[in-house]
Amino acid sequence: MKFRKIFRTAWEGLMLNKVRSFLTILGVIIGVASVIVMLSVSAGTEAAIAEQINALGANLIIVSPMRGIPGAGRTMMIADAYAIEEQVIGIDGISAEQGPAPQPVKGNGVTLDAIAVIGTTADFPNVRDYAVASGAYFTADEDERKAKVVVLGAGIAKDLFGDVSPLGQTIMVGSVKLTVIGVMETKGMVSDIDYDGRVYLPINVVFQKFMSEMPIGGDRVRTIYVKASSQESIPSIITQITALLSERHDVSPSQPDFTVQTQQDIIATQEATTAAFRDLLAWVAGVSLFVGGIGIMNIMLVSVTERTREIGLRQALGARASDVLLQFLLEAIILSLVGGLVGVGVGVGGSYLFGMFGGMQTAIVPGSIPLAFGAAAVVGIFFGYYPATQAAKLDPIEALRRE
Amino acid sequence: MSTPLIEIQGMTKVYGMDEATVHALAGVDITVDKGEFIAIMGHSGSGKSTLMNILGCLDRPTSGTYIFDGRDVSRLNRNELAEVRNQKLGFIFQSFNLLPRLSALANVMLPMLYNMEEDISDEETEKRAIASLQAVGLGDRLHHHPNQLSGGQQQRVAIARALVNNPPLILADEPTGNLDSRSSVEIMEILHHLHRNGATIVMVTHEPDIAEHAGRVVCVKDGMILSDGRSGNNPCLNKRSL
Repeated sequence: MKFRKIFRTAWEGLMLNKVRSFLTILGVIIGVASVIVMLSVSAGTEAAIAEQINALGANLIIVSPMRGIPGAGRTMMIADAYAIEEQVIGIDGISAEQGPAPQPVKGNGVTLDAIAVIGTTADFPNVRDYAVASGAYFTADEDERKAKVVVLGAGIAKDLFGDVSPLGQTIMVGSVKLTVIGVMETKGMVSDIDYDGRVYLPINVVFQKFMSEMPIGGDRVRTIYVKASSQESIPSIITQITALLSERHDVSPSQPDFTVQTQQDIIATQEATTAAFRDLLAWVAGVSLFVGGIGIMNIMLVSVTERTREIGLRQALGARASDVLLQFLLEAIILSLVGGLVGVGVGVGGSYLFGMFGGMQTAIVPGSIPLAFGAAAVVGIFFGYYPATQAAKLDPIEALRRE
Repeated sequence: MSTPLIEIQGMTKVYGMDEATVHALAGVDITVDKGEFIAIMGHSGSGKSTLMNILGCLDRPTSGTYIFDGRDVSRLNRNELAEVRNQKLGFIFQSFNLLPRLSALANVMLPMLYNMEEDISDEETEKRAIASLQAVGLGDRLHHHPNQLSGGQQQRVAIARALVNNPPLILADEPTGNLDSRSSVEIMEILHHLHRNGATIVMVTHEPDIAEHAGRVVCVKDGMILSDGRSGNNPCLNKRSL
């Protein structure tokens, strides 16, 4: 019917001036595409962070000394870890960790400088979801009797022994001679830590051989990882640990000298940072969409002025003000919708390219496509309405007289 | 006697306010019967353009009545006037007013786009437009654009456009003003042909020899009708010959 005919008129009007129409929608294309790309980049960043944090191990609770409190670093002891292991209900295991300054590592005639040495308890592979690839991890018994054994990160094993199996070989970590009993699977970089480039020792060996000369000395631990047996038990475990350690450290549970965090807490902290970043990007993208809309309005106003005679003629032939309004409004809406459609394509394609070649993880946010497209439509109506009313207001006699 | 197509009584048109008022029309009475071919003459500023605009339902009189095709159109609103223009009027302009980017066929199809009375299908729209162009002898120029046509051909496209909705009245505003004499003759022949077939035509012109084609010449001066009748002793025509 009539709407269809006027729609076709509007469409043909745009197609008669393809280059100008394309340049007009370029702003909208860029605006919509940048909304989608920006959101997919920040979603990708968030996903990457969450992935890294989850790689620490599932259902993990992290207990560490409170930073910024004098002396807090001295209060968390290996005994706290054992107390948690024995007394807290609902846990699947704990892993206390402590490490000295990086040490030189020698073996098979190769010397590696400044290698991170990590002392752990025997449950480390289970708690941290980090399996042994060959050989075995040390047992609680070996830890307790300070067995001189070491498990190598995959990268260290390769650097020292190449393709030869290091099991049973002897290496020097600092001045301590240790027997290799296992090699960990490849894990890679997680939260800036190169798990493959470390060596893992029984924590009691670390206490005895690497920490005893330090001023604070002894059997302090920097982190206790607690694995909950299920997601649901996490809140109860946090309450139990807080109560237990407060009592052991003789502090008020409301002012502890330790922190109990879950992965979710850490993810939430990270997300708060990326959310600010994402909002900024979304604003920038939104502004470019707005600028695109102004571009449409500008061209539509020029077009109304240029086509004053055409408008007068159409009115003389029986076009009502509403017909003229509709025609010009539709031109603006078509421009912004086509711009939106092309922009979605460019945005999705751009996100993939960024992900493949830009060195960035991207994840297209499904909601961003209707969001950006809808915003483009609103921009078309908003910025198209004023020029269209200018066209509809024209007096046919005046308009026909215009050159 | 059949009722007249146009019946205007006591029509005035005043522009401006207070002291600065201009009486473009100062009391005009005119009646046009169906099938008449009349020419309106007058100098610029005589009020003939204002009269033409009101006849064409592009403007409304300040006072007076305008009965057109049995209906008082002097107080209609903008939308109603647009509908009257679409259904009952065919315009022919001095400068053709074809849309330069559209083909002859598409130009002639335009009035049917705004036809509220009937929803004409695309095929029917095209069929009627082709028939209309054939009627003015342009059946072989359907897809030419205005810049590919001579002035006379462009005006013929405009005539085809004016005829396509089959209106009871054709208004021609200086239809030969932009044409050479050969094309002028051609256009006047078409208008004569339409007149012979029963069309009512009102034409504004300032060229006496063009006005001679009409059966009746109305001379307008200072917003009033100075004379109305056969050419013979018409002051507008005579003044030229002085």
